[in-house]
Amino acid sequence: MFRILRDLLKTNGEFALGAALTGLVFVIAALSFVSPQPPLDVYVVPPDLPPGWPYVFGTTSRGQDVFWQLTFAIRNTLLFGLTVALLSRVISLVVGLLSGYKGGWVDRLLMSINDTFIVIPLLPILVLLYFVMRDRMTWGWLALTMALLGWAYDARLIRSVALSLRHRDFTRTSVFSGMSTREILQREHMPYVLPIVFSTTLNNMNWSIGLEVTLAVLGFTDINSPSIGGMIYWANQHTALVAGIWWWIAFPVALVMMVFIGLYLLAVSLNEYIDPRSRLSRMGIGA
Amino acid sequence: MRAFALYGLKRLGQFALVVFVGINIAYLITHATPIDPVEQSIATVTAYGNASPEAITLMRASLRELYGMTGTPIEQYANFWRRIARADFGPSLSAFPTPVTTLIARALPWTIGLMLTATLLAWALGNLLGGLAGYYREHRGLRAMGMVAMGLHPIPYYIVAFVLLVVFGYLWPVLPISGGSAMNLRQAVDFGHAISIVQHSVLPAAGLILVGVGGWFLGMRSLVSNVVTEDYVTYAELGGVARGRILRSYVMRNALMPQVTGLAMSLGTIFNGAIITEQVFGYPGVGSLLVAAVYAGDYGLVLGVTTISIIGVSAAVLLIDLAYPLFDPRVEHD
Repeated sequence: MFRILRDLLKTNGEFALGAALTGLVFVIAALSFVSPQPPLDVYVVPPDLPPGWPYVFGTTSRGQDVFWQLTFAIRNTLLFGLTVALLSRVISLVVGLLSGYKGGWVDRLLMSINDTFIVIPLLPILVLLYFVMRDRMTWGWLALTMALLGWAYDARLIRSVALSLRHRDFTRTSVFSGMSTREILQREHMPYVLPIVFSTTLNNMNWSIGLEVTLAVLGFTDINSPSIGGMIYWANQHTALVAGIWWWIAFPVALVMMVFIGLYLLAVSLNEYIDPRSRLSRMGIGA
Repeated sequence: MRAFALYGLKRLGQFALVVFVGINIAYLITHATPIDPVEQSIATVTAYGNASPEAITLMRASLRELYGMTGTPIEQYANFWRRIARADFGPSLSAFPTPVTTLIARALPWTIGLMLTATLLAWALGNLLGGLAGYYREHRGLRAMGMVAMGLHPIPYYIVAFVLLVVFGYLWPVLPISGGSAMNLRQAVDFGHAISIVQHSVLPAAGLILVGVGGWFLGMRSLVSNVVTEDYVTYAELGGVARGRILRSYVMRNALMPQVTGLAMSLGTIFNGAIITEQVFGYPGVGSLLVAAVYAGDYGLVLGVTTISIIGVSAAVLLIDLAYPLFDPRVEHD
């Protein structure tokens, strides 16, 4: 495991860059635990100070230190993405593995439900959810809803791997030795799909963080608990750009872009590593 | 022909399923969440001033009727479907007494126009460049383009639209940043108005294209680099077929099939992007309408836009699916 990581870091530039960006973001998020300021309080520092010392990223019009606020915001945002990704992984694993293994009408049924969830436009539905919930909309509810709606694309990928396992000898051996479907999927097939599950986790985090930022910027989430989108929302509410407080918007945007690019590069390079064809072409053997 | 009819029937079934599931999710959210939207609305209204208890009782009764919350759960469910089948979402509260459907019908052409142009441009551009990049692997410019595509692709629409807004509205103001066309023009079909519409659509469309093109580029590049290793490509090369022709008629043509399916699959996400882009640039489409409706607490309008979006996106997917046999005749014999 560690040797693979070390080799990837050494030979794959995309992986190294992705790991560096993601690592930096996680360090910033971890700094929130040593923050000298409580995240929810306003007017704890002088407002509207440009970046400098001691407020490295400046301060907001609400009297908050942009840097320390960011540490909380990115921690919540990452936690949100991780929660959605883990919850939706459960659904996409069950659907993908079952669909690929069973085939026939089970496969057809599950895949048409699956395609349905791929096509349905999510944003209007999430906006409707906010409209109904209003102030009761917590990040937990949002995460649960997005997990319930956002598993479909990855279930298809997992199914495509599971399909190839179905006719392998070891599957037949397990069937003949009397293992139940659940046991076969869990113990025999799951290890094969785990690499792709891991890379879809990263992509799914990007997807859910992107939607969360978007909703929060419009004010359609719980904007009082700090998040990246929430910071941009408050900056817009105080017309930060017109007032020239650019640092209030620029740093959150830059940080969240680091998250997107970092996670995406990690996912792409992992996919490339998983696929033997592209691994060979990187090594310069074959096409 | 029979095969095509069967294929079309299957796609039609999928379309019906998407609409059915989508509408049911909307029903679940509005009727089965533990939160009562009526009480929420009343709380919002009473927060701004006093009202007599009788007035509140009356308001509660009419809101319950508007939200379709009278009668047994089965009646409520049937009513919900009846309203959608008739496209009857009642009058809009924020633009009383204009019906919700009129408001949506006014906004829809803007969204469809913007999405159609941006999506097709991004798709065509991404596939063309991606195909070239997959075939001419050593080309410097195309490699650099791959890096840019990789960097842009994961960034969500909001951020890209916002950066465009800051750059072209604040740092270098050359393009209109808000609205669908200039306000001081006669809103008629003439040359000046058309030019103004195009000018106003440049930035919103650019945001959608910038985000969209990366995905198609990367997808097409990897598809093409797989196809070029096929035997028939090597055979054509040995047979002295011109490289341009190989790329056009042998490689791209085959690699394009999954990209057509991909276009249908991604339509939902592209639509999300259109909504956000419209909001950022104040474009008078469905997205701005939705956001304004939420701010104004206009239930009928929010539900109307949500439903129309679900039906609209799945109808567009159906159209692509039905056109698919034109690109790939094999489908008919499946």
